[in-house]
Amino acid sequence: MSTDLLVILPIILPLTMAGFCAVFWLRPGWQRWITVTGMTLMAAAAFALLAGVLSQGVMVSQPGNWAAPFGIAIVADPLSALAVAAASLVALAASVYAFRGVSENALHGGFFPLFCGLMVGVNGAFLTGDIFNLYVWFEVLLVCAIGLLVVHRDGVNLDAAVKYAALNLFGTTMFLTAVAFLYGAAGTLNFADLARVVPELGASAGLTFALVLFLLSLGVKAAAFPLFFWLPIAYHTTPPVVSALFGALLTKVGIYAAFRIFMLLFEGTTGLVGEIVVWMAAITMITGAIAALVQTDLRRMLAFLIVSGMGYLMMGLALSTPEGLGAASFYLIHDIIVKGAVFLLAGVIAVAAGSSDLTKIGGLIRTHPVLAVIFLGAGLSLAGLPPFSGFWAKVLVADAAFDGARPVLGGIALGTGLVSLLCVVKIWMEAFWKTGPEGMRVTARLPLVMMVPATALVLVSLAIGLYADPLMDMAARAGAGLADPSAYIEAVMGAGE
Amino acid sequence: MTLLYALSVAAIMAAGVYLMMDRNIIRIVLGTALIATGVNLVIFLAGRLGPTAPAIIETGAYTLGEDAANPLPQALVLTAIVIGFALLALAAIVAYEATRALGTVNADEMIAAREEGNPFEPASREGSSARK
Repeated sequence: MSTDLLVILPIILPLTMAGFCAVFWLRPGWQRWITVTGMTLMAAAAFALLAGVLSQGVMVSQPGNWAAPFGIAIVADPLSALAVAAASLVALAASVYAFRGVSENALHGGFFPLFCGLMVGVNGAFLTGDIFNLYVWFEVLLVCAIGLLVVHRDGVNLDAAVKYAALNLFGTTMFLTAVAFLYGAAGTLNFADLARVVPELGASAGLTFALVLFLLSLGVKAAAFPLFFWLPIAYHTTPPVVSALFGALLTKVGIYAAFRIFMLLFEGTTGLVGEIVVWMAAITMITGAIAALVQTDLRRMLAFLIVSGMGYLMMGLALSTPEGLGAASFYLIHDIIVKGAVFLLAGVIAVAAGSSDLTKIGGLIRTHPVLAVIFLGAGLSLAGLPPFSGFWAKVLVADAAFDGARPVLGGIALGTGLVSLLCVVKIWMEAFWKTGPEGMRVTARLPLVMMVPATALVLVSLAIGLYADPLMDMAARAGAGLADPSAYIEAVMGAGE
Repeated sequence: MTLLYALSVAAIMAAGVYLMMDRNIIRIVLGTALIATGVNLVIFLAGRLGPTAPAIIETGAYTLGEDAANPLPQALVLTAIVIGFALLALAAIVAYEATRALGTVNADEMIAAREEGNPFEPASREGSSARK
């Protein structure tokens, strides 16, 4: 398959499926199968792309034969290929899971076209090689995300959508302002070209302002302290399948963009910005975990644990060393898969026990021992215990922090791991171990379409934990590619000749 | 000229931010629209202002003339206007639906999502941390 096609397929496939779903607007039953087929093809394409990038290095497509820096390049380097592959896995699991638990309102309001559209935005943002195009993908996924909140047409989700939309629209608009200032200073929008031009510009007011606005807007997108407040207010109200997609993908796109922009343009986070990012990472980690601990609703806890996970990812950016970025790349993949898994499982628990409020449920281990074991697996991975992928992710990040002369950050990361473990133990004890309250209505038979995809994601995490070497190598390559972008620049700028 | 332009952009942005800080969600939508307009003007400014010729390639030439305007910001602004318009329409309909479903335009009174599964006593204005 030609490089051009391979690189662009993860964007085109869901876009086509979104179109087909929209054509069969009145037939949600058909849309389901179209979406599942589309996500299967997309996952296959994503893994083909990953294999291609691993064997050939950075792959570039220049649509319309407009050579960089004049056209918009679509670029797959190890980090973006890995992220697309992980995102596709979660999307495939979610599309199967969506056979149950999506309201009639949502199905007739365009749930599946928006589902596919969200994946267009996510994969587009991961694969684009142009900063203005990144803004466009941000808007695509933002519109689809707002759509996925409002299609349920009930008060809770509409309220969540208002808060979500207001803060994220502001964040995206600030991102566009930053792009404008960057363009004013550098005169180009292509990432590879920017990476050549910007370091030679020297400091200027416009560039500094752009840097600050990037930090602000990507801080909103990535739910970093003190800008994360929109997240816990919006993620617990939606159906589990939407929470899983949001939790696994949206914030990760923000942190991916931060990696890309800060490493390519500003040569990592140095000086004062470095200090700011270090403290943002530390406080994000710890506030997320502690806020999760006081919650009594399972899905609210998980929403705060997303915030906590973003802190670990920001650590990689704060360190700006190849090891730190490699560790963060590993964490990114682990986090996408595990956050998807726990939110899907939270939905299964809500079906089994009739509620996701931990004070109203309990004793599920008697009726659903398999679910108890699977959730324990997902939880241990989330908390960072072996033999799951979370263990290696946290070990790598903490190790990179100690090596990168940030022992305080490493210490906070380990402490936060302990608090997350406490959260997971709390969920498990409350939902499965303690005696259930009187009058709790247990659903004995759990739908397979919900159990299988959630279990599959947990097994992926287990497999990564047991055979960590391949992913570690890939993550190390991704980290090296971020720290030294010369291969990226050469692939994009040389490809036109 | 550039200074005047920058000052008027600043005024538009300030008005937008002021509106966004309001409790009324309709005003928040209007504020977002103003900020989006301000950003479009900033993009335009990023391409530099000046007494330039239209960005049209003369017959027989292969590149733009020396004094031609920078066409890229115009393309960017065009894209941003289209996206901004779509977002504004979406934000307006979300605000409308939310107002209808929740019976208020005051963002402070929209607490349906915040109270869903809240571990603390609802409607405790003093911020009391009494557990249920």
